[in-house]
Amino acid sequence: MLFTQMTFQAALPEYVLVIVSLGLVLMAAFVGESSNAKKMVRLVALVGYAIAFATIFILPSESQSIYMGLFKVDGLLVYMKALVLLGAFFACFMVNDDWSDGVEKPEYQVLIMLATLGMLLMISANDLISLYMGLELQSLPLYVIAAMNTKSLKSSEAGLKYFLLGALSSGMLLYGASLIYGFTGSTQFDEIASVISQNGASSGVIIGLVFLLSGLAFKISAAPFHMWIPDVYEGSPTPVTALFAIAPKVAAITLLLNVTHVVFADARLEWMQVIIALSVASMLLGAFGAIMQKDLKRMMAYSSIAHMGYALAGLAAGTQQGAAGVMIYMTTYIFMGAGTFAIILMMRRDGVPVQKLSDLSGLSSSHPYWAFGLMIFMFSMAGIPPLAGFFAKWYVFLAAVNAGLIPLAVIGVLTSVVGAFYYLRIIKLMYFEDADSPLDKIAPKENVIILSISLLVTVLFFFIIGSLREWTYFVVQSLPVSGSL
Amino acid sequence: MLSSWPILSIVTFLPLIGVLFILLSGGDKKSAEHNSKMLALWVSSFTFIISLILYFGFDPDFVGYQFEEQLEWIAGSGISYHLGVDGISMPFILLSTFLTPLAILASWRSIKQRVPEFMIAFLVLETMMVGMFASLDMMMFYLFFEGVLIPMFLIVGIWGGPRRVYAAFKFFLYTLAGSVLMLVGIMVMYLQAGTTDIPILAQFNFPPEYQFWLFIGFFASFAVKVPMWPVHTWLPDAHVEAPTAGSMILAGVLLKMGGYGFIRFSLPMFPDASAYFAPFIFALSVIAIIYTSLVALAQTDMKKLIAYSSVAHMGFVTIGIFSLNEQGITGAMFQMISHGLISAALFFCVGIVYDRLHTREIDAYGGVADVMPNYAVFFMIMMLASVGLPGTSGFVGEILVLVGAYKANSIVAFFAATGLVLGATYMLWLYRRVVFGRAEKGDVLRMPLLNNREISILVPLTVLILWFGIYPAPLLDIINPVVSSISETVSNAAMLTANLQ
Repeated sequence: MLFTQMTFQAALPEYVLVIVSLGLVLMAAFVGESSNAKKMVRLVALVGYAIAFATIFILPSESQSIYMGLFKVDGLLVYMKALVLLGAFFACFMVNDDWSDGVEKPEYQVLIMLATLGMLLMISANDLISLYMGLELQSLPLYVIAAMNTKSLKSSEAGLKYFLLGALSSGMLLYGASLIYGFTGSTQFDEIASVISQNGASSGVIIGLVFLLSGLAFKISAAPFHMWIPDVYEGSPTPVTALFAIAPKVAAITLLLNVTHVVFADARLEWMQVIIALSVASMLLGAFGAIMQKDLKRMMAYSSIAHMGYALAGLAAGTQQGAAGVMIYMTTYIFMGAGTFAIILMMRRDGVPVQKLSDLSGLSSSHPYWAFGLMIFMFSMAGIPPLAGFFAKWYVFLAAVNAGLIPLAVIGVLTSVVGAFYYLRIIKLMYFEDADSPLDKIAPKENVIILSISLLVTVLFFFIIGSLREWTYFVVQSLPVSGSL
Repeated sequence: MLSSWPILSIVTFLPLIGVLFILLSGGDKKSAEHNSKMLALWVSSFTFIISLILYFGFDPDFVGYQFEEQLEWIAGSGISYHLGVDGISMPFILLSTFLTPLAILASWRSIKQRVPEFMIAFLVLETMMVGMFASLDMMMFYLFFEGVLIPMFLIVGIWGGPRRVYAAFKFFLYTLAGSVLMLVGIMVMYLQAGTTDIPILAQFNFPPEYQFWLFIGFFASFAVKVPMWPVHTWLPDAHVEAPTAGSMILAGVLLKMGGYGFIRFSLPMFPDASAYFAPFIFALSVIAIIYTSLVALAQTDMKKLIAYSSVAHMGFVTIGIFSLNEQGITGAMFQMISHGLISAALFFCVGIVYDRLHTREIDAYGGVADVMPNYAVFFMIMMLASVGLPGTSGFVGEILVLVGAYKANSIVAFFAATGLVLGATYMLWLYRRVVFGRAEKGDVLRMPLLNNREISILVPLTVLILWFGIYPAPLLDIINPVVSSISETVSNAAMLTANLQ
């Protein structure tokens, strides 16, 4: 009963990505490296993402697990998959043909698509085995594309560092998984959950859980497992960084949410402490670490650590409300990230990509639209209303306060003031200072489109938040944690 | 009929229509600049005229919210789009819509770079200000309250003086640090009451132990905005560096957000905590009045001097509010409106001479009366109003506050009155050094008389200042009914607290 119509339908986006990525491998092998061929590969990839995204709408919305319990879909997971596909589409769409950062090779698209497939599998994982499989399918292509620019030493460093630390975290995760298996007697999530709810979490399971959470924390780059991310962001080719900044974290945090809120729902008090510690550490490190940065991509890396800290504050609540907060947070995160990187990708001087903060000075006179867009994203990331970032913070901290974690919320809002400092610094550079030599006047339409879409969503988020809240609060009701909506 | 129109929404969002017009009106640089100025002026004037409907259609005897509008926003969560005004917010809305066109007119010549952007920032600022005063939902209030930071940060940072970056950052981060604590407070209230609707929250009796912490959260935000000593240090920097129009709005309206917040939220929602903390706030206010008055005496920069005087005047406001009686709160309200007019006028007066001499150093002037007699007259009226001379609006507010303070605590009233003497000293001394004496310095001798544009800004301000000074009844009639209902709630709580102690 492996391939009934039901199983086929539930995993439709994954099937689409499998077929398209295999097709891309063939295409990449045969069409050669001419610019037309590259265009075609990219186009096919985009169509693949679009079809996969479209199939999201015909997925079953009620919870069901297939493939003998390896794979699960429900409303929440489907929503997160939509976000991942959207993010992957954005990242792929923005990689214009003449970005020669080393990512112009056709295999780039193949690897991204495989990584995206891994992300979707991660999200749907319902077994420790499929969890690990999805995670590795996501990670391995990302290690390769981080090092894609073989001419750049920094890119190679990024790839190597990412790989070594990633392997370490996979090791931790596997060790944790083996402990959990040993103490519960199953790798299947439902069975682990029922063992825990019957017998409580034995100390062996809890040690396993801590290792598992550490491995996942590495994937979302929560402090203290963040060491790789500044170097990888800085060293990778910018289109790759854009992808890192948008899609994988959505998948990883969904997995984290799944593990904590579903599998270990009855061990809530145990994992809450871990998540709170991760959250506080990430918020503090993200806020203070970014202050001294001179490289824009590096600063965005610290900013993303802080964002993960805020999202984790929602997880730390351990309630349905918190899960909904995370969903809202990741939604805004995708758009703010895509918009910001659409601009960073366009930053060139004399055809050479630049990424220093100081390269932004005077941007408002030479590129008013970019500057305005970046300003809005920065204000939004700082959580200034009425922009999207504010509502995201509101819902995660609301959940934290509701769960009695008022000190966590207070630390969170105060670190967001520290964070505001470095976001404002970018606005200062663009608006309060004059340019020595302006950036190139190029405007690839792909990037401008992404910029405009993200800008619209960020500015007009208060029109969306009503229905988004309703939807997220509806789908989280299937989570087996306390309601208190 | 007119009453069925969403007047408040129109007044709030009309300036954004102006922004749209400015964005759409193209042309070469010169005509774009001119168009944007004209558009901003017309749109803001039109907004003011529409906001007058609020004044004439307002029923002062009705205690409650008028011109209410409520629409669903975040469905099923108790957060709605809810606007409405009462006797506390309506005067502030008029103050905002009245000052904005004047401020735009004031920057007609002094803003030379990025004119369209400046006008856009100003119109967005107006929307934020009006929306904040009109909001009857905490969430919306917070949206506008914080949203103000964005245009103001840009106004100070782009069009400000030499230390503008420092001033803009300080302004932004101070205010943000205060307001995020209020945000946590709002969350707690929302989770307690299940709604962010202000009228419901005002009736919701929060338990005293909650009130204590909520009050502190809100206090952090409003105290920075007011600003109260010792968190006032952002204000002199922001004022000195801001362009004239920015200072006018900053002193005229933005500082009033703190006082408005205290009256709108702290008193009715946390009456026990307000009574409990009143002595603490008295102490801070008295220090503010005396300390900043002394600091003002030592200033050599005109704008800085007036900025410090603003802190002192706002000290009166907080004393009035936390005297928790009718006279005190009414006086505080009146003082805020009056100070809004006077400080805007004073900053404009500084702007006038700054445009001519490009310095704000007091020593650079002297004998201005010889060359600009009409300026000397206006400046004198504003200066005397700031001192609180009877016949000007400054007097009415201060006397009411002092009466209220005396009822609450005679020692506080004594020290506050000392502040009045100091206020007279630094203002008169400033006036003597700038205006009197013989005009000897070459630059001063070449200063042209006030032009029509400047006079047309000063005249409406003067008229209102004198009108409210001679015949304050129209304003008091609007303020009184609401204030007496608030002060009743609070003074009951205060009495209970006193009995318990």
